[in-house]
Amino acid sequence: MTASAASVRAKGRAKNIFSSPIASAAAWIIAVVWTVPTFGLLVSSIRPEKDINSSGWWTFFSNPNISFENYQKVLFEGTTTNPPLFQFFFNSLAVTLPAVIFPITLAVFAAYALAWFDFRGRDTLFFGIFALQVVPLQLTLVPLLQLFAKGLQIGDVTIIPDLGITGTYIPIWIAHTIFALPLAIFLLHNFISQIPKELIEAARVDGAGPFTLFSKIVLPLSVPAIASFLIFQFLWVWNDLLVGLTFGAGSKEVAPMTVRIAEMVGTRGSGWEVLTAGAFISMAVPLIVFFALQRYFVRGLLAGSVKG
Amino acid sequence: MQFAIFAARKTPWDIIGENFTLLAAALLAFASVVVVLFLVAGRATVRAQEWLKYLVFLVPALLLLLVGLIYPTIRTIIFSFMDAKSENFVGLDNYVWAFTIPEILVVLRNTAVWVFLVPFFSTAIGLSIAYMTDHMKRPNVIKSLIFMPMAISFVGAGVIWRFVYAFEPNENRADIGLLSAIVKFFGGTPPNWLLESPGNTYLLIAVMVWIQTGFAMVILSAAMKNVPDEIVEAAMLDGATPIKRLFRVTIPMIRATLVVVLTTIIIGTLKVFDIVRTMTGGNFQTNVIANEMYSQAFRQMNYGTGSALAIILFLAMIPVIIYNIRQLRLERTER
Repeated sequence: MTASAASVRAKGRAKNIFSSPIASAAAWIIAVVWTVPTFGLLVSSIRPEKDINSSGWWTFFSNPNISFENYQKVLFEGTTTNPPLFQFFFNSLAVTLPAVIFPITLAVFAAYALAWFDFRGRDTLFFGIFALQVVPLQLTLVPLLQLFAKGLQIGDVTIIPDLGITGTYIPIWIAHTIFALPLAIFLLHNFISQIPKELIEAARVDGAGPFTLFSKIVLPLSVPAIASFLIFQFLWVWNDLLVGLTFGAGSKEVAPMTVRIAEMVGTRGSGWEVLTAGAFISMAVPLIVFFALQRYFVRGLLAGSVKG
Repeated sequence: MQFAIFAARKTPWDIIGENFTLLAAALLAFASVVVVLFLVAGRATVRAQEWLKYLVFLVPALLLLLVGLIYPTIRTIIFSFMDAKSENFVGLDNYVWAFTIPEILVVLRNTAVWVFLVPFFSTAIGLSIAYMTDHMKRPNVIKSLIFMPMAISFVGAGVIWRFVYAFEPNENRADIGLLSAIVKFFGGTPPNWLLESPGNTYLLIAVMVWIQTGFAMVILSAAMKNVPDEIVEAAMLDGATPIKRLFRVTIPMIRATLVVVLTTIIIGTLKVFDIVRTMTGGNFQTNVIANEMYSQAFRQMNYGTGSALAIILFLAMIPVIIYNIRQLRLERTER
């Protein structure tokens, strides 16, 4: 018998001994408990307003009244001061696209430089960036906001002028880009530094400069890592509240959906018919992305944390 | 169209149109700059490329980090020693304030409770599920369901759980909150969940555990796949029960990953702000540092106290950061 066949058999046997029905049942129970709250929200969102406020969502199954009025109401009804949710949906899209594309581009560049350029202090720089990962957003909010509002002056010398961008998407994009860079550089560096040295050397011998090397070899080979981080960053930006809230300068014309939902919770704490539908709309896109691309998402997570 | 009545003002579609014009312009500008840089630099002489490569690849990211993370951090440190409007130095007053005002002491205590309980429970539950499903034939559905909350925003999670914790004060009306209904089903009297301290803090912590468990499970599950079956089988031949095997074999073998999971969750928990904000607004003794920092800086407009709280938050993370960097260095030398 070959070694591999033996190990396959060992695996198969191990499987049988290990899997206990009690463990499976327990795992299933936890999984159901974990899902019930979200499921309840979904069920509620398609019940008529009267039902939601007068009976628990679990009674839906004995008394199934379906209505999409809540969605209609929260998505399309609104005023100029209280715009309908669909406007915020587009705001979320407009916030997310550049806030994903900018940092990934800059991070691939930097990761390539840190992995394959030889210069003094490279490792120190890399550790420095790694350490920046944990600088909490809160630490940078006030000065960064002032920077966007007033520019940067040291004494009388203007280093960065007041750009007049407050109240647009630009501060949100830049803030997200900055906050994403440390982790993005770290993850992509892990990947890009693993490209076989022979491949890089061979291209160099063929006369490829640093720019050709990047576009012909490094970039195509990094696609899986970029894809993983893309999902990561997309979920992070789409779900973010803090950056949208502070860097959106309170403008409803740029605020993403999370900001709007948080506001709805605060001002109409008990309007469950609007809240359930609204929350579910904001969750729909990330959930679709998550279930469609779960494998890549997991891969990205693992690249960041599993060692050995 | 129902928006026709606003014809004189901007309709949502007008705003969306303007916003998407800016979006398109920004993406186009960014793409053009990158393409032009590559075209120009790619044609430069070999010598010029030697310094151009730093300028194109490394300098943009470094500049952003310098201006966007390092400079603001230094400013915040300075602000934390100044008054509300950052005009006069006040020495350690803001820190003395943070550690003497009873309200803030509650905030610090709550944060400490979060930082102990969230990593502990998320990791413990995540580890159990990873272990229980390790040799299961089709664990994917279970894992997806438990992992799903990771894709939901903290705000969305806040709404979901506010609904679970909904309290009906009128006894004659049916409950719409699941938790109250369960308590009544077993003959109990539900409290007003989110209003009563200290129980409410634990209920908020449960939300964060709900989100983080999936993360712990996925990472630990991957690590368990690397534990050789032979070792586990040897332990079984020695008559070790599954529980003993978990503590004597599996956990020691995945120790490094376990630490990574714990530290990641600790840092995430320290920064948590959205859950508290959406569920209680930080009222009823549930506030944590990250939310109070926001209130101080952007509600009270007190940059001094707000900055001091941010610094305290950062100081709490420093041991974790140092540990992580040492781990990374160790790994690098091993390679």
